[in-house]
Amino acid sequence: MEILVASAIGALTAGGVYLILRLRAFAVILGLALLSYAVNIFLFSTGRLAVNKPPVLDGYTVTDFAAYTDPLPQALVLTAIVISFGMTAVLVMFALGAYLEAGDDRIDMDAPDQRGHTAAAADAQDPGTDGLKFSFESKERDA
Amino acid sequence: MFSENSLLPIIAMLPFLGALVPGLMIRAGRNACASFTAIPTVLALVMLATLAPGVMEGTVYRAEIQWLPQLGLSAAFFLDGLGLLFAGMILGVGLLITLYARFYLSGKDPMGQFYTYLLLFQGAMLGIVLSDNILLLLIFWELTSLSSFLLIGYWKHLPEGRQGARMALTVTGAGGLAMIGGMLILGQIVGSYNLTDILAAGDQIKSSEWYAPALILILLGAFTKSAQFPFHFWLPHAMAAPTPVSAYLHSATMVKAGVFLMARMWPALAGTDLWFYIVASVGLITMVMGAVIALFKDDLKALLAFSTVSHLGLLTMLLGFGTPEAAIAAVFHIINHLTFKAALFMTAGIVDHETGTRDIKRLGGLAKLMPITAVIGTVAALSMAGFPLFNGFLSKEAMLHEAAHTTWYENPWIVGALATLGALFSVAYSLRFIVHVFAGPVRDDYPAKPHDPAFGMWAAPAFLCVFVIAIGVAPFLATPVVKMAAEAVTGQDLSFYLKIWHGVNTALLMSIAAIIGGVILLVLHRHLDRVWIAMPRPEAKAIFDRLIAATVDIMRAMTTALHHGAISRYLAIFVLVTVALGVIAFAGGAMGPATRDLTPIPPVVFIGWVLLMAAVAMVVIHHRVRFRALVVIGVIGLMISVGFVYLSAPDLALTQISVETVTILLLLLALHFLPKQTPVESGAGRRASDAALAVIAGVAVAALAFGFMMRDFSTISNFHLANSKSGGGGTNVVNVILVDFRGYDTYGEIIVLGIAGLCIYALMEALLNGPAGRKLRNADFGLDRSRDRHPLMMVVATRVMLPIALMVGVYIFLRGHNQPGGGFVAGLIFSIALLMQYMASGFAWTTRRQKFEYHALIGFGVVIAGLTGVGSWLAGRPFLTSNFGYFEIPPIEKFELATALLFDLGVFLCVLGAVMLMLYSLSRLARHAGETVNNEPMEYDPSSAVRAPSAPGKGA
Repeated sequence: MEILVASAIGALTAGGVYLILRLRAFAVILGLALLSYAVNIFLFSTGRLAVNKPPVLDGYTVTDFAAYTDPLPQALVLTAIVISFGMTAVLVMFALGAYLEAGDDRIDMDAPDQRGHTAAAADAQDPGTDGLKFSFESKERDA
Repeated sequence: MFSENSLLPIIAMLPFLGALVPGLMIRAGRNACASFTAIPTVLALVMLATLAPGVMEGTVYRAEIQWLPQLGLSAAFFLDGLGLLFAGMILGVGLLITLYARFYLSGKDPMGQFYTYLLLFQGAMLGIVLSDNILLLLIFWELTSLSSFLLIGYWKHLPEGRQGARMALTVTGAGGLAMIGGMLILGQIVGSYNLTDILAAGDQIKSSEWYAPALILILLGAFTKSAQFPFHFWLPHAMAAPTPVSAYLHSATMVKAGVFLMARMWPALAGTDLWFYIVASVGLITMVMGAVIALFKDDLKALLAFSTVSHLGLLTMLLGFGTPEAAIAAVFHIINHLTFKAALFMTAGIVDHETGTRDIKRLGGLAKLMPITAVIGTVAALSMAGFPLFNGFLSKEAMLHEAAHTTWYENPWIVGALATLGALFSVAYSLRFIVHVFAGPVRDDYPAKPHDPAFGMWAAPAFLCVFVIAIGVAPFLATPVVKMAAEAVTGQDLSFYLKIWHGVNTALLMSIAAIIGGVILLVLHRHLDRVWIAMPRPEAKAIFDRLIAATVDIMRAMTTALHHGAISRYLAIFVLVTVALGVIAFAGGAMGPATRDLTPIPPVVFIGWVLLMAAVAMVVIHHRVRFRALVVIGVIGLMISVGFVYLSAPDLALTQISVETVTILLLLLALHFLPKQTPVESGAGRRASDAALAVIAGVAVAALAFGFMMRDFSTISNFHLANSKSGGGGTNVVNVILVDFRGYDTYGEIIVLGIAGLCIYALMEALLNGPAGRKLRNADFGLDRSRDRHPLMMVVATRVMLPIALMVGVYIFLRGHNQPGGGFVAGLIFSIALLMQYMASGFAWTTRRQKFEYHALIGFGVVIAGLTGVGSWLAGRPFLTSNFGYFEIPPIEKFELATALLFDLGVFLCVLGAVMLMLYSLSRLARHAGETVNNEPMEYDPSSAVRAPSAPGKGA
């Protein structure tokens, strides 16, 4: 069991690291999502694995601590899950904003001497920008 | 109750408070401004004067304001003889400078600013000499560096001023940093940061093995501040400052701070061989070198600057000797140097002011044109030269006496000989100051018409000259002050008398030799000057500039290599370094043996694991096809939720599955506007290396997790289990931890979540009002869309489900304290229920029916949670202590109410508000992008027989 959990954490981490090293914002967001999973499970696993021992008491006083799993990491992870959603949302917002302002969703700044070249090339042939085609002549929407 | 001790912090604070005044008063005119600057100084002087008699009798006044006593941090002040002497000098000269500057500064200079800087500096200096806590002293020490930076660079339009200010800040600031290290070591050795304790623990410090590093670091601070070789070069460049600044900082106060520190630390640090060889040797070198260079400087202020360097070297050397007699001589010379050097600087300023030049080669014959200035300058310069009947003679004599009796590496004459050489050059440059400026025929090529300045300008130097002569003629007048300060320096009772005539002794002969030699040097000056100019000399500024440029280059190379704009590179470096640190930690510490057994793996769990691993692999392989990757990410989240269920974490499972839903919705929304494909941009090599790095990181983390899970360690978790019901009133321990034991954390977390929501909202506002918004309005989504954007089935189903879903949410919320559930999960469930309406019936339809603002929800959530916490104050308990009780209302069973439930309500509202605000903000994009808007209950009204138009109309 421990081997499975540890290997799952490892796989999630490896996948996450590989994806955050990609050059596009969406891949990075996916990678961060995988890394959040990995971190959350890792934190959770510090409370040791236990089957059928939820930390919900069935009496007023606890006599046998071994009958319950460790509740503390669970509490920590619970908020971590929600917070990581908030973080993902902020990142998505950044990515969207950057994409809408700049016209592509690269995460790296180009070297200054290449910037003009790549920006022009990106509009022309980059399959990554095909979702949204901008036309700059004013096209008034009807109110 | 009035206590004299309480005056100390007030004295230290007065200049800082006063620093606010000149900036305001400048509107009332220059005289008013100067007068108001004088007020805090005068007040502080008067307070000091009331304490002076006590100090003279040997009382040490103390005042302490505790701040963090556990860390040794407190605002502690004390006043003893040395502190009184320096405080008096700082305030007294400060007053004279205020007067002088009023006349010196021209109408174009911002005077209010000048006086503000001056008072800031004065406060910092006072702080140094009054501090009883070395950490406090360090703060004031750095403040003098900063405020002197402002003063030196006061004439911002002059490049020399700016460069000089930067150089002074760099050198003294770096020394200050070194000194922080030294002081901290000192504090560690003694176990206290109180100066009084440190001074009393001299033997303990000197026998400590940390003595040498502490000493060297502290001396670095003192030497840089007091311009000792090889850090002397900043002082002449700081002369670009207005002359009042030079007179104040560079003769009387700031450069004396290093000397003060050495004197202050004398009982704790002095007396060892190390101290002698470092301090005395550096002082000796500085003294001779400064004097030699001073003779060949043509700029009046540069001459005085190097002479100051030389005299500071003299003081350092005397303190370095480590004998009480030398300490007496040092204290006496501090007073004398202050009087004649400040007067000389002010004289130089007057000459500059009146003739328009400070170049000695262009001056001469001023005695006839400016008789008063000439008298003042001559008196002060003769004292500097060490002629009898002036005060400089007395302390120089004492110095020569000490030098003649000092053995340096078993060599009995070298110190005396070099000291005489220094004195000789000192005579030469002092006489040059007199002869080449005031004597000789009147010239007709001065840049301006020189004449004596207004009384206000020469009053200050003349006042100082009174001391020069009075002490010179009647040294017994200074005896009590010198005795008081010297006893404070050495910590011993001293009895001595200052007198002019000691009989014919070695010192007198050395003095006579110096005067004769100095006169000869001056006569030969023209020839020597030619040799000097022809001689190659290291130019300190060029070396300093090259050093700074080289440092900047190295830093820039490092920055551009590491930080060149590619975030993927930073991330790779970060991952690599983290893994490397982990490996180092693993290799360094012995890991204990595994203490736990592996738990068995049922087949169904194995299947789940295979699914999870396959999903991860698919996300990685297919991440370019964004939509597919998103779907598979959902599988991962689901498997993790199932895992949580199996591994006894029902709360986590509930949270994970609802967060998963919301996240996927969020990413789907975003993907609508983002490209649907990721292009291949990195080559095979790059991908392979990234993959290798990823695998290394993955294996490392897996190994860490496995190692962790196989070992036992002690935790505080059992406390929570034991007290959950009895102390927190709930059986769901996880929930009780969240809302009770660690309520503070949760409170912080919901605030973070709320801020994230507001952040997204604000970003979206900025985005929609900026160029992105315009682009978006003109964007053409070339996608195939479903004609039936709000399918009837879905609309009906979600509307039916809404009350049910909300009911589930309420149920989950209420049971949270005792069963899995709670505010977090309930908030997410509510969000999902509302989001379904947005999805099925459209943004406009839902927004129109929404009666509350999501911002307000966040606010209410935080406020309710906060008030719940505050409520426990009313019961006299700490913030967020929960209370609970059992109630019985007849038709219902006995039930429990806990304040924690109220707190959980805050959590619930905040989560709901934040999640909804985030998704709501994102969906606003869609409206700007020309989505069709649907306000009706249904796009297709089944009750009407007429079909809706096949192409939905635009606009609302």
